[in-house]
Amino acid sequence: MAAEAISRALRDGALEGEHAPALTIKDSIHAPLGAFVFDHILAQLSSNISSSKSQAQLRIVDCYTDPLGWKIQLAESGIVSNRSTQNATTASLCKNVRDLDMLFSSIVELGKEVIRETKGRFAVAIDSVSEILRHASISSAASLLSNLRSHDQVACLFWLFHSDLHEMKASSALEYISSMVACVEPISNTANGKGMNSENVPLIEQNLGRGKFSVRFKRRNGRIRLMSEELHTEQMGINFVPAFEGHVTSQSLVPKVQFNLQLSEKERNDRAKVVLPFEHQGDGKPIQIYDGRRSVSESKTENKETNAEKMHVNEDSGRGEIIYIRDSDDEMPDSDEDPDDDLISDSTIFFLTVGILELLTN
Amino acid sequence: MMSSNSANNLLDEALGFNDDGGGGGGGLLLLIEDRVETSGAFILHHLIKRRLSSPNRPNDVVVFLSFAHPFSHYDRILRKMGCNLGVQKENKRFVYYDMLNLNYPDGEKGAEDLLLSVYGKIQKTVELCSSREGYKNSTIMIDDISLMEVALCGSSNLVLDFLHYCYSLATQFDCLVIILNHEDVYSTMDVPSPLLQMEYLANIVIKAEPLATGLATDVHGQLTVLNKGICQGSGCSKGKIRNFHFRVKENCVEYFYPGSRT
Repeated sequence: MAAEAISRALRDGALEGEHAPALTIKDSIHAPLGAFVFDHILAQLSSNISSSKSQAQLRIVDCYTDPLGWKIQLAESGIVSNRSTQNATTASLCKNVRDLDMLFSSIVELGKEVIRETKGRFAVAIDSVSEILRHASISSAASLLSNLRSHDQVACLFWLFHSDLHEMKASSALEYISSMVACVEPISNTANGKGMNSENVPLIEQNLGRGKFSVRFKRRNGRIRLMSEELHTEQMGINFVPAFEGHVTSQSLVPKVQFNLQLSEKERNDRAKVVLPFEHQGDGKPIQIYDGRRSVSESKTENKETNAEKMHVNEDSGRGEIIYIRDSDDEMPDSDEDPDDDLISDSTIFFLTVGILELLTN
Repeated sequence: MMSSNSANNLLDEALGFNDDGGGGGGGLLLLIEDRVETSGAFILHHLIKRRLSSPNRPNDVVVFLSFAHPFSHYDRILRKMGCNLGVQKENKRFVYYDMLNLNYPDGEKGAEDLLLSVYGKIQKTVELCSSREGYKNSTIMIDDISLMEVALCGSSNLVLDFLHYCYSLATQFDCLVIILNHEDVYSTMDVPSPLLQMEYLANIVIKAEPLATGLATDVHGQLTVLNKGICQGSGCSKGKIRNFHFRVKENCVEYFYPGSRT
């Protein structure tokens, strides 16, 4: 399932020599369920960390209560009381969300302070990047995310983003930084822009409770993997179910054209049976294909190369021959499960709230 | 068919208002979108009356920021609806800020300082009310956002900052924020409009639109109430949409489902 794959990737964290995995959760006003997905991912990550040996910790950088320092200014001048900037959560107050350099420093300092005992890493969650982009340019926001992602003590990073609030270049910039992009789309296509009527009301209402959930994973080897399913909102959160076709769709990036680029099962079998021209010896003897994986009993030459064609002297023939050694079999699509999937990293969640301050209860 | 003078009409039901005129508080932002053909001002007037007329909520306060009309305009309309705004104003239950006649400074910094000052007054008022015995909810109303943007030299970002702070006040002091904006003002924008930002921020969106069939004598338009639902500790309520027609009369408004009018 797509949602589980995301949770696994975030849980596993950054591998040695790699940047931290980064997830963009993208939605729009016609499928406004991104916040539910964000909460779900945050809860899953908290749960994964709790179940490992390290102690789960949640810290909040509160950029919601007083993002521009208005309340502090009013309190200092005695116009209002000071209590509006106090809150009961474990939160560090940000008073100038426009200064992203200071914000980055605050996140890193607080993160280091928290993991000092455990010597682990911390995760960062941002709700939401759309709010940051109201106060800063896309280049500054992208720089903040990129710096967090490349910081050696950040285990993973994810953020919420409303795609229809920004130009295409902002959306593209964030997707380039991400290793995973989760997109929430409407389950029903409504007649947008054509005015309201009693026919499209049920469809719009349906989109408030259900959505298509498509995830694009960028693997380390450059391969792209797509997964999609449906999400349903329920009283206690959201639930992910296979798409209506009855199975999880996992597909490669094949362009949609009028001719078939895929292989059927029969075509795949026939291809496997094809003997390549230089694989048979053509000397009247039964055809033997040496594929490099089994020991060659007639070989008189030591084979120390692992990945090349080489000349091989056949004791029965004075003619030159080419013995083709396959490098490897064709890798089947979608068979490359990440061998490091079972890694568990100790980490702390570091939660940056810009939109809505939410309290997580145990 | 229900009129706005009955205990609870279709609009109140869609908003989740109680029979005693309360409800609809608890840190919510309500956005009213209207058009030139269908003014949404009647919704604002209806909500003013609801918030001030409940006998069970004697200490609730309405803070009203007016960019569109003078006080006398609202006083005249609400009198016809049976609500004396003058008395409410004297009793400090209706706090009216005349934003039309303020001296707006040039430049964004000056405008931000002015907004900071206005916000400070609102926060002080709400804090005072919340400390009184029997306090339930306060209401902050703005009429209207597009004129506020004009007053701030077109800075929609400042408007959104101000709304953000009002919303944070609402979540802290259990208030209801009600704003009116005009959808067709932003319809020709190529870039994402600030109206969309407000739709994301709002918990309830009411759209006043003309009928798809055009003008009619007996039906003045249709209302669509999108209630996104709320999330609390016990869980989340699902989003709902209601669509019904309305007819504005002299002293009240009638709400009815399509085809139900006799």
